[in-house]
Amino acid sequence: MRSPNISNHHHTKVSSEVRQMLAKEDKQVTTVKIFWLIIAIALLIFSYHQSELNPPVLIQRGGNMVEYISSYFPPDFSYWKTYLDDTLITISMGIWGTLLAAIAAIPLSILASENVCPPWIVQPIRRILDAMRAINEIVFALVFVVAVGLGPFAGVMALFIHTAGALGKLFSEAVEAIEPGQVEGIRATGASKIQEVIFGIIPQVIPLWTSFALYRFESNVRSASVLGIVGAGGIGVSLYQSFQSFDYGKVCSILIILILATTIIDTISAKLRNWLI
Amino acid sequence: MTIAKAVKVENLSKSFKGKLALNKVGLIANEGEMLALVGASGSGKSTLLRNINGLHLADKGTVSIFDAPLQSQGKYHSHIRRIRSQIGFIFQQFNLVTRLTVVENVLIGNLSQISLSRSLFRQFSKSEKTQALAALQRVGILEQAYQRASTLSGGQQQRVAIARCLVQGAKIILADEPIASLDPESARKVMELLCELNDEGITVITSLHQVQMVQRYFKRAIALRDGKVMFDGAVNELNEQKLTKIYGSAVEELVVRGHGDFTTREDLLVKTKTETH
Repeated sequence: MRSPNISNHHHTKVSSEVRQMLAKEDKQVTTVKIFWLIIAIALLIFSYHQSELNPPVLIQRGGNMVEYISSYFPPDFSYWKTYLDDTLITISMGIWGTLLAAIAAIPLSILASENVCPPWIVQPIRRILDAMRAINEIVFALVFVVAVGLGPFAGVMALFIHTAGALGKLFSEAVEAIEPGQVEGIRATGASKIQEVIFGIIPQVIPLWTSFALYRFESNVRSASVLGIVGAGGIGVSLYQSFQSFDYGKVCSILIILILATTIIDTISAKLRNWLI
Repeated sequence: MTIAKAVKVENLSKSFKGKLALNKVGLIANEGEMLALVGASGSGKSTLLRNINGLHLADKGTVSIFDAPLQSQGKYHSHIRRIRSQIGFIFQQFNLVTRLTVVENVLIGNLSQISLSRSLFRQFSKSEKTQALAALQRVGILEQAYQRASTLSGGQQQRVAIARCLVQGAKIILADEPIASLDPESARKVMELLCELNDEGITVITSLHQVQMVQRYFKRAIALRDGKVMFDGAVNELNEQKLTKIYGSAVEELVVRGHGDFTTREDLLVKTKTETH
């Protein structure tokens, strides 16, 4: 009787073509791969020393850590009304920083898209966006505090510049992924380049753009909460002052309020984004 | 009185990556003519149509629309957008903006007449809207006017594209494989619509790869092979012997044998008559 076991490899005939194909399979271990692995390990060791990682210290000073953290409790909510007002200021900074950035990012992203503009426009605009993105909000806040004075306005400007750089890049990636046929259909009617953008490109990218802007709004509220440390308004001011006066109970209450606020915003924004896509 | 030359192509050549897509093509389409471009895929039909309305720029040669040059010797004429607005273009993949409504897609036909400020706010006048809805009624999809274009079937989308040409006030319609993505019934409706528009005086140039279609709806055909015009004359002269002579074994792609996939109005009439008897 014939064995029903077809996969019995002793009986499987393999053609020479199959064997040749198998021989072409990429080798798992090559000298090039080993070379890059060594480079990667060397980089990790180097950066370990550079950042002075020292795990034993965490254990040796574990007692200190527990003592320090316990000083945060119980939280001191005696100034909760002020903190709530400051949180509202922080959220407002996030709203306006993101809104201004989104508005600025619309033309910037179109100019930074290879399928819309020639390289001599795209490349300089991209470098400008890179620069806006490369510098942290805190640094921009320091600059604007000098320029427009202490307060939330400086924070809004800092968020605006940094976020415009980030959204400009994200928006342009969406523009580069559009379906070109739809734009061609508009071009064929005798429409101008700007009309092609308004009627052919924007309708295609608007759900993605809105989603990106909402996502940046979430992270901008988080960023805005520390901008107060450099005097750019919001809850960060109280946070820094409580730290300076070793008032850890107050620090704790501020952190709790911040966690609650960002959780609520993240949840609402995530719902909105899901609904959009 | 002489008849106006709606489209005049002289000595048009175009190459992609060193391969000739159009080889010294010349053709004249008189006003009110209905002309078929025949050829296997890759024979240059689409490239020729796209050069006629300037979506593509040729390397050499001239394209004139009603005696006004649109492109010559690899350069667009400065009034290309105005000339292009007289030419409607129907694409195989419809190229509607799928996230806009049906009527908005039709209104896009007006863009060449609309100022930038009105475009920015997507403002259309009441008379433009009435005209667009009338065009939709004409092509038989008024009911779907306020749906998103993406919700329509392929045949319906192609009719929206035709309505867009109507609103555009096109004197010429170029159709690039307009029925290749459609089922036979939708294809019939689209071809009949093009015939009706031709009866009203619009010059129609259509590329098709099925010779049966050409024989059914056209009087004159131009056959292309490897970017060269191989035949230009009456459709009834373009029989199977002639096609085999031009295309050799590639003729299989052009002639679908033994497929009763299509019924003309005459056929249907005969059928219903015999059934009632």
